[in-house]
Amino acid sequence: MTIASAKQLLQSGEQTAEGLVSDCLERIQEQNKELNALLWVSETALEEARELDRRREAGEEIGPLGGIPIVIKDNILVKGWPNQSASQILEGHRSAYDATVIERLRRAGAVLIGCANMDEFAMGSSTESSHFGATKNPWDTLRVPGGSSGGSAAAVAAGFVPAALGSDTGGSIRQPASLCGVVGLKPTYGRVSRFGLMAMASSLDQIGPITRTVEDAALVMQAMEGKDPRDATSVELTQTTSPELITDSLKGVKIGIPDEYVLDGMDETIKQLVMDAVAQLKKAGAKIEHISMPHTKYALAAYYVLMPCEASSNLGRYDGLRFGYHSLGDTLEKTYARSRGEGFGSEVKRRILLGSFALSAGYYDAYYRKALQVRTLIKRDFDEALKRVDAIVTPTSPSVAWPIGEKFGDPLTMYLSDIYTITANLATVPAMSIPCGFSQGLPVGMQIMGRPFDEHTLYRIGMSYQHVTDWHTRTP
Amino acid sequence: MDIKHIAKLARLDLTGEEEKTYGEQLGSLLAYVDTLQELDTRDVPELQHAMEVTNVFREDAVEGCEPDVRERALANFSKRKNDLLQVQGVFDV
Repeated sequence: MTIASAKQLLQSGEQTAEGLVSDCLERIQEQNKELNALLWVSETALEEARELDRRREAGEEIGPLGGIPIVIKDNILVKGWPNQSASQILEGHRSAYDATVIERLRRAGAVLIGCANMDEFAMGSSTESSHFGATKNPWDTLRVPGGSSGGSAAAVAAGFVPAALGSDTGGSIRQPASLCGVVGLKPTYGRVSRFGLMAMASSLDQIGPITRTVEDAALVMQAMEGKDPRDATSVELTQTTSPELITDSLKGVKIGIPDEYVLDGMDETIKQLVMDAVAQLKKAGAKIEHISMPHTKYALAAYYVLMPCEASSNLGRYDGLRFGYHSLGDTLEKTYARSRGEGFGSEVKRRILLGSFALSAGYYDAYYRKALQVRTLIKRDFDEALKRVDAIVTPTSPSVAWPIGEKFGDPLTMYLSDIYTITANLATVPAMSIPCGFSQGLPVGMQIMGRPFDEHTLYRIGMSYQHVTDWHTRTP
Repeated sequence: MDIKHIAKLARLDLTGEEEKTYGEQLGSLLAYVDTLQELDTRDVPELQHAMEVTNVFREDAVEGCEPDVRERALANFSKRKNDLLQVQGVFDV
């Protein structure tokens, strides 16, 4: 079920919002125990759907997403929900207010179903670092769904809901979308308000949609994008999303293939599938060019300085006093240290330590300042490339979904799974993953990156590809 | 790296086992991050802000907080005295 097809059923009267939501709740009831994709399900969703049906019968306009069930990543605040960012340190926390994206989705008529599992505070690439246990990949329940938005991607792939929200700091929407065979979009930094998103690395974080089709991703973006006075980095958009204006002709579109994104030892099938997809885009009228982005190989190292630095600062607010887990020590300072030491999981503590070290006296220039300079070089690579081409195509992930437990004890190997996705966050550009085939029976994704605020070109390329392929229609 | 010192700065109680594991893991992560030193970045500006935005100002005025949001925020406190967060003493008296 897609948003577009659900809208048609609602319009023709073949289905009601109540019917859509109760089907969705039934699938969750049947399958969530095994997949662990959702941490909590709203008790009021069905009643909200009935209310929408009543309003519609009374002739009211219920909004472009009227009656569409949507799942929300656990780090996005919904008033009254037990949002914990899948962390023990927020045990017992109830959100006091709605994130801006939540207000906007509700205004558009969406029915919010529940919280999706994730890596603790979005730190991870497999959803294994959740305090509530790993989410399973619907294509093979012995494998990870990717992460950190693994619960959101698994919920869409398993058909619980047509859409979910995720957040993406270094690939956390796109990589799980790739590993679960669905579409994931990280918008340009500033396109979507971060107000009400629990901050990890504020200069990199963006909220975005996970859906089955590119068209659906555009429908969700249309409802939630745009400037918000409560997020000073959100931007007044000169070009808003208009799903109805997306054409699938690629005539005149130039696509660049960066040589630096082919790695030694990467899965040959993934490489081949992405090249096959590029051949399809060429057939649809695109012009293909090889390009060079020489600083790519430094991106991961720069990211693993900047992200922990920002995270160690952002996570300072979890003091064990104002919300969540509380462990009393002899003094106030000991209460902080005990609450944080016991409440945070191992990956979060690792990143807080790394960030605190890199920002500590005597190391700032060698690490943080250096990484900010390298970020400039990476941004320049994108600026130069995107003068020549309209979009850049790469694989989303160097491997398909791996067995649960395989990389969990080895941080650096885990971090390397984000190698293709982090550059878009560093350069602030929009990037989308769409399904482009299967390797060993597991989904493979291609990544399309574009110019800042030119999501339109990504939709065009993605929609054109989905019109001539059927990967996105396959289900586990 | 002096893990004990960093853990103190970060207000994190670590077990002896954790200190050992993190010490090793952070050592190898820092070795990886050191590849950045290969790059000559003289005269390269720092990318301090993701967007080319300047300061966003608003009137310095008190804005109301919805009573419901306020009560929900207070309900999350570990210990409260009326509408105040109650904590241990900060100064020795």
